[in-house]
Amino acid sequence: MSPTIPYEYKYLRAKKRFPHVWCPGCGIGIVMGSIIRAVDAMGWDKDDIVMVSGIGCTSRMPVYVDFNTLHTTHGRGLAFGTGVKMANPRLNVMAVMGDGDSLAIGGNHIIHAARRNIDITAIIVNNNNYGMTGGQFSPTTPPGAKTSTTPYGMIEPGFDVCKLMDGAGASFVARGTVYHVTELDNMILKAFRKKGFSVVEALAPCPTNFGRANRLGGPVEMMQLLKDNTINLSQLKAMKPDQTEGKIVRGIFVDRDSISYGDRYAALCENARIGSGG
Amino acid sequence: MIVPWGETRLVQGNEAVALGAVAAGIGFFAGYPITPSTEIAELLAKYMPLLDKKWIQMEDEIASISALIGGRLAGSKSMTATSGPGFSLMQEGLGYACMTEVPIVVVNVMRGGPSTGLPTQAAQGDVMQARWGTHGDHPVIALAPCNVKECFELTIRAFNLSEIFRTPVILLPDEIIGHMRERVRFPLEEDVDVVPMPVPDVPVEWYEHYHESTSNVSPMASFGSGYRYHVTGLTHDKDGFPTRKEDEVIAKMERLKHKITRRLDELEDVQMHDVEESSVVIFAYGSVYRSALAAQAILKKKRKTVGIFRPVTLWPFPDRTVKEMLDSKDVVLVPELNQGQIIHEVERMTRDSVRVVPLHRIDGYEITPEEIVDAVMEVI
Repeated sequence: MSPTIPYEYKYLRAKKRFPHVWCPGCGIGIVMGSIIRAVDAMGWDKDDIVMVSGIGCTSRMPVYVDFNTLHTTHGRGLAFGTGVKMANPRLNVMAVMGDGDSLAIGGNHIIHAARRNIDITAIIVNNNNYGMTGGQFSPTTPPGAKTSTTPYGMIEPGFDVCKLMDGAGASFVARGTVYHVTELDNMILKAFRKKGFSVVEALAPCPTNFGRANRLGGPVEMMQLLKDNTINLSQLKAMKPDQTEGKIVRGIFVDRDSISYGDRYAALCENARIGSGG
Repeated sequence: MIVPWGETRLVQGNEAVALGAVAAGIGFFAGYPITPSTEIAELLAKYMPLLDKKWIQMEDEIASISALIGGRLAGSKSMTATSGPGFSLMQEGLGYACMTEVPIVVVNVMRGGPSTGLPTQAAQGDVMQARWGTHGDHPVIALAPCNVKECFELTIRAFNLSEIFRTPVILLPDEIIGHMRERVRFPLEEDVDVVPMPVPDVPVEWYEHYHESTSNVSPMASFGSGYRYHVTGLTHDKDGFPTRKEDEVIAKMERLKHKITRRLDELEDVQMHDVEESSVVIFAYGSVYRSALAAQAILKKKRKTVGIFRPVTLWPFPDRTVKEMLDSKDVVLVPELNQGQIIHEVERMTRDSVRVVPLHRIDGYEITPEEIVDAVMEVI
């Protein structure tokens, strides 16, 4: 029996760019797999897809996929993506970012992308620290956690990415993990289908830095933590408050229909022309 | 019709920049409000929807220039307008555009600095920031208009050069030029040379995102046009993929430099008045050039002949012409609205026997013709 090549491969720059830069046990490749499966389910032509990113481990993803790919400066993926989407609304634009990239240096851009409701899907791989530079704390590092820049423990509260994006006006907000892959595939697919700004936060392990600094074990143990420490929305409803203590909730938190920036801009152009008699 | 082709109008400098952008075929503007450049954004916010072109006010200047690069990669001629503090924030994106060879136009209407400085007053303090503001080795093209008509013409030229050289081009009017109003006779549309966005015409598998040679540029495909490629600020090979191979790194860095330094003839733009016959020459650009012209007329009445050398293209600096024309002079007076920036370039290109004399004004006001006359009288 000849081996079957998984269909995901046709979306990869398989011959050119591998092996990849990610460490053993890293979750980013799993998110890339989810993205590719969601892209396939959408039936998008590779020519019509733009993947933008900033700087960091997750932001290296564009180099591996056979789309129009744009690896930008730290935190600015969504700003570049906004320009791409404005200039050619026909393109399907997604931004892949880490927690530091999207929420610290890129924090201003992501809240305004959400407020504008620009038709882009942002996929945030949250591994609770800056992996590429060696494990410094990020805006999602949990209180007390050790990183290379919090040797005595993290004293800053972290962002809840989903609440932040809900408050800023995103049309679709979901949180999954790289352990719950089918659920993640589905969330990304729904985010792609959504007109307007959609956000999927994917919790992922970083055994090399965050895991080691906090003695969380290797890749397998960290996967187990994602399984044990998270519950989905239906579980949450069935559980008593004391049972949900310390658990992170997975699920789709926001799914609303509001007019995207692109559609509002197109209407503005039309009204301006009518108003000017043109 | 937004550009008053063939008509004569009283127009503001910033307005002429906005009209020049429309004439050049701007498809996308992203900006952030800042004095004294704001009229450019405001007028384009009015014009562009009428033309079904895209305009957006971003959350800051970093986002603006980032969006601009994205817009051009997706196939729209893109421009932003800012001033000193915003220009500082844009250095990150300017470096990225240099490195990834994406053509964009950045207008910096210069005000007094450093920092917030004198927001409503004039300066020429960003001349060196335009040249060296972003980190790393990089080429840059910068043009300095001296009147309202040139604001229109040089904006079009900035777009053209950015497309020809696949690099960001900076337009550097000072606040005086941006805010002055003058009568402008607009050309006929057919008399204006607009360079269209070059597009590749090779099969997809032959497409080279960056040119193989070290002194040429390839036509840049737009996202969505069927040529899929990778763009990164990491040092990359000719296909755009990150590399650390010595030969590929050198090829990239040399192309960034040579694509400009080997085509200086297309970039150099200087104006000279009575330079050959004068032993004293005023070297001036932007609004100061206007005062230099007036000073020359006053001096003529006093039977003193002075020459004027004016670079229209500030960067790349017209090294050869400066050397050829000024190296045998007794005195070169360099009046600038700063504490001495372009003067260093003049000194670099002239021998020690040439007295290069500075004249600074740093209080936000113009250098008057009388100040230049006095300075000339002092040196001759």
